[in-house]
Amino acid sequence: MSVETMAEKIQLKDQALLKPSWILKKLSETDPAQWVASIWRNLGIPLISIGVFLLLWAQTSSNIVTSLGTLPGPVQVYEEMQGLLADHIAQGAQKDAFHARQEERNAKLLAADPEAKIIWREYTGKPTYVDQIITSLKTVFMGFFIATLVAVPLGIICGLSPVANTALNPMIQIFRPVSPLAWLPIVTMLVSALYVSEDPMFQKSFITSAITVTLCSLWPTLINTSVGVASIDKDLLNVGKVLDLKWHTQLIKLVLPSALPFIFTGMRLSLGVGWMVLIAAEMLAQNPGLGKFVWDEFQNGSSHSLGRIMVAVFTIGIIGFLLDRMMGKLQSMVTFSDKR
Amino acid sequence: MPTLKNIAAGILLCLSAATAALAEKLPLEKPELKLGFIKLTDMAPLAIAYEKGFFEDEGLYITLEPQANWKVLLDRVITGELDGAHMLAGQPLGAAIGFGTKADIVTAFSMDLNGNGTTVSNEVWAMMKPSLPMEDGKPKHPIRSEYLKPVIEKFKAEGKPFKMAMVFPVSTHNYELRYWLAAGGINPGFYSPSDITGQIQADVLLSVTPPPQMPATLEAGTIHGYSVGEPWNQQAVAKGIGVPVITDNEIWKNNPEKVFGVTAKWAEENPNTHLALVRALIRAGMWLDENNGVNRAEAVKILSRSDYVGADAAVLANSMTGTFEYEKGDKRPAPDFNIFFRQFATYPYYSDAVWYLSQMRRWGQISEAKADEWYAENAKKVYRPDIYLKAAQSLVDDGLAKKEDFPWDSDGYRPPASEFIDGLTYDGRKPNEYLKQFPIGLKDNQTVQGSDVSG
Repeated sequence: MSVETMAEKIQLKDQALLKPSWILKKLSETDPAQWVASIWRNLGIPLISIGVFLLLWAQTSSNIVTSLGTLPGPVQVYEEMQGLLADHIAQGAQKDAFHARQEERNAKLLAADPEAKIIWREYTGKPTYVDQIITSLKTVFMGFFIATLVAVPLGIICGLSPVANTALNPMIQIFRPVSPLAWLPIVTMLVSALYVSEDPMFQKSFITSAITVTLCSLWPTLINTSVGVASIDKDLLNVGKVLDLKWHTQLIKLVLPSALPFIFTGMRLSLGVGWMVLIAAEMLAQNPGLGKFVWDEFQNGSSHSLGRIMVAVFTIGIIGFLLDRMMGKLQSMVTFSDKR
Repeated sequence: MPTLKNIAAGILLCLSAATAALAEKLPLEKPELKLGFIKLTDMAPLAIAYEKGFFEDEGLYITLEPQANWKVLLDRVITGELDGAHMLAGQPLGAAIGFGTKADIVTAFSMDLNGNGTTVSNEVWAMMKPSLPMEDGKPKHPIRSEYLKPVIEKFKAEGKPFKMAMVFPVSTHNYELRYWLAAGGINPGFYSPSDITGQIQADVLLSVTPPPQMPATLEAGTIHGYSVGEPWNQQAVAKGIGVPVITDNEIWKNNPEKVFGVTAKWAEENPNTHLALVRALIRAGMWLDENNGVNRAEAVKILSRSDYVGADAAVLANSMTGTFEYEKGDKRPAPDFNIFFRQFATYPYYSDAVWYLSQMRRWGQISEAKADEWYAENAKKVYRPDIYLKAAQSLVDDGLAKKEDFPWDSDGYRPPASEFIDGLTYDGRKPNEYLKQFPIGLKDNQTVQGSDVSG
């Protein structure tokens, strides 16, 4: 066959790919049974199991009577969630009213005296549910960021040097199981003593919560990084020796790329642990996030309290799930294996 | 900050021009403040001052933040994370003498009188009720703790400890509960320098429980009674898990309950701001007690919001609108259950401070005998009626308050009072003599050594 004929044939084939008749032909070739089965497996079963869970919950909750009323069922929890969102919107309206009043006040001052010093103040209302979610997210990322900064270099050192590994191992094993609530008083004292400034950038409660998250969540990253670095293919390191590469080139070109999958696995675990720890830390450190929300609702003891706490539980769970998915995606982006 | 120089210059000008002429607004050192509170009904002056714009009128931009518990609140005031807070009347005093965290805290505003009660579990009430004197088919109040004594004996005979809870070691609740128990011949326990659980020689074991956990622990049987502020007594009635037996108004009529505390350093560095705060709080107190409680219903609505006290409005209304419910359905008139301004409630009397110090001595939190002057000195260090009167005068000058509502001529000591449940008389100028009158309690040079009272 001549080159021109081949080219013609390829061109025709490409064009055919876009023809509807070709698509229909392909569709008719796939097995509809397989297609339905896969939808059922991935979507249908989870939906049904969630439905069963909601039904069971609605049934059992109406039978459990606590001193704060019956345990809230799915409907009540949904209503509480709507209430919280409505509060958020109402608070937004109050904030606007406050700013409008302030603008009026300052405009009057300026009209009376163009040289007058006017000050713009922030609204001092309480943080709404949405604000609290955002504060929690900011805190967990701060803690996670510090944890990564500490854990990755330490992990690399532990992985590359067996001496460092043996030296640091006892410390790691002893501090790893410590609960955040045990760290909290110590961290609070330290932050109060050391973080003193006239105009602090961060609130002390924010720093305390973030550091507690760091202390509890840096261990998975540290251990995984050191394992990842230690399990580099020895041939790669030999290549580095043969080529007489400088240590930082070895690090950047050889060590890090091979260890990245492990590092990201560690980071994913750390973020999960950190999110759990954060909620506990916030309850006592008074960081205005979801943990404080739960504790304040518990102190309210009103008939809405249990429902609202459950909304918080689901919010915490869903956010944790989303964070994990996000880290999973990042992880799969850097993992060059056939297992994605 | 660019405006700091202007503010400093302004302060200097004002100070040099006049000393007491506060009729014109003084520049505030720190207009944006964060104040802490605990979710109890007597944080009302703070909520009302915010919601009714009294803070904003003074040029103050306040963030009110509920705290997890009394210890966290006190620590955050000391470290400066909170500029000031709703505090137990005993907290600044405890901090001054070094029981617990040592710090210099002052108060220029008493937030309220009365406002707490003691609740016992249904089981204990069922055992108490048969022996109570009745009137018109209902138990006669006030119920003395003598009627609790047989119940405690019964528990002892069965080998079960009788446990009660209060909110904090230096809380008004602790001292009032102990007072009530001791008045009926029950020993509530002593503190010693080495043992600060306060259960030495106790017939009733008292311990600290955070208020929101009290109903749950009462229901579970871990404790048999608790002394706490509202809404936790009325919550127990509403949920059917306990019965209030006595309110603190019945233990000591018109006793001081909460104060507004700031660190001494903060008060020194921010005198104008402090005055503005006290002015706003006085106005809030006046509003709460206005016209025989005509504003109380609105106050209940505000307090029932989840960012303030958060309890159901019906439960809050039970104690704040002139009544108090004991047994379910047994609502008695109690117009003085919370007093926010009447009877000079907001003036920080030295004699109130001395009473708390005397009770700290009575139970051994102050381990050694102290001279009467020591009590007076510490009271003067912590309680600042001078700042209160300055703020009050400025309100009168601005036409926002009436002259007759403030005790201008007081030397800081209330006249000797005898409206206690045991009928004893308290004279704030003679605390040591006062302590001698109690059958149960340390007096003179007594100290607690190990598990004995010696001396």
